[in-house]
Amino acid sequence: MVVTCEQVWREISNYIDDEVAPDLRAALEEHFHGCQRCSAILDGTRNVIGLYEEDRMFEPPQGYSQRLHHRLEQNMPRSRRGFLGWMVAAAAAVLVASGFELGSSAASRQPELRSEHAQPGTGVPAELVVVVAEDGKTFHAAGCEFIHDKARLRTITASEATREGYSPCVRCMKKYLSASLEINNDAGEVAGAVDQP
Amino acid sequence: MPEEAISLENRADKLNEEMLIRRIRDGEHELFYELIRPYERRVYSTAFAILRNEADAEDVAQEAVLKAFKHIRQFRSEARFSTWLISITVNEARMRRRKEHVEIMQPIVDHQDEEGNYTPRDFADWREIPLETLERSEVRQKLAEALASLGQKYREVFVLRDVQNLSIEETAKALGVSTASVKTRLLRARLMLRDLLAPGLGGSWSSKLSFAKGTKPW
Repeated sequence: MVVTCEQVWREISNYIDDEVAPDLRAALEEHFHGCQRCSAILDGTRNVIGLYEEDRMFEPPQGYSQRLHHRLEQNMPRSRRGFLGWMVAAAAAVLVASGFELGSSAASRQPELRSEHAQPGTGVPAELVVVVAEDGKTFHAAGCEFIHDKARLRTITASEATREGYSPCVRCMKKYLSASLEINNDAGEVAGAVDQP
Repeated sequence: MPEEAISLENRADKLNEEMLIRRIRDGEHELFYELIRPYERRVYSTAFAILRNEADAEDVAQEAVLKAFKHIRQFRSEARFSTWLISITVNEARMRRRKEHVEIMQPIVDHQDEEGNYTPRDFADWREIPLETLERSEVRQKLAEALASLGQKYREVFVLRDVQNLSIEETAKALGVSTASVKTRLLRARLMLRDLLAPGLGGSWSSKLSFAKGTKPW
């Protein structure tokens, strides 16, 4: 099979994508060997694809991801606490009231977070009793509907959870996160708890 | 990477995604953040490629992601989640474009017939791109401008296939056109971009410059 330059130009893209039949492929390759112009077009077309593969081409504006998450958060169904959740929360409150305390200094060193999106739970009281799932990334108030694997839960304090790399759930821990932000504006942004400009 | 490894990795990703989607449907809504994380940029760049405007692209990206969340029950697992998400983005962006009649720049090539033959311009050589070229921001600017100057139907296909690396079938599905159409538009888009970029990015003009005066030597 012999192909002309015009035929080559029609098939050059399919050739690069390996979308041509074997006999046409062979004919095209033979043509490229003998035709400098078409082989230059082939190289150039490949260059174009290589240049655009570089995925920093369309860099989203700064804060895009946070704004996206914030928008999502506003549109997600609200957390609803079931009866059991309230019971566990009440029990936790009793524990706290009876002087169950852990030093907050242990949590002062920031551990590696389990979620790259999260912010450490700086505003959550260290002794607050929270619930974590073994494979989860966030800690929750008992009964929060966003708890991951409800079959494998542990109850620990917020400071322990922080030390283990869990970060606060942006829904059920929201009041602490907002409070922390008001107290200390230098603390930086808290994921999902603050309006982006 | 060998093809086998890629397909294994894809299969693992797909299984993980299916699990996430099942759990989101069962009420673990916060997992949606994890599901979309790998595609956030992709959603933005798809919207940007169609709208050519940062603010609109971001707005449409948010709308598309929200829509995906609200309609997650409608997602059918025979498709890839990414393709489904990109289709939603394409539709949202097209709707925005229609609504606002956004035609700030007349595309330079929309008048050309899709099925007609396209004659690539004659550069003697453009065999190598110097590595440092890719790092320069003005080069990225040039690439963005060249792409923005293509007509929408070429831009969409090129972005999904060559920037987002979707397959030809997935591109066709996301855009609602045939695979034959994707191939034709892709060919045209690639050749036009080559013509637009080669002179500035290392391609040397052929000594036969007669076509520059309006006539082509073939």
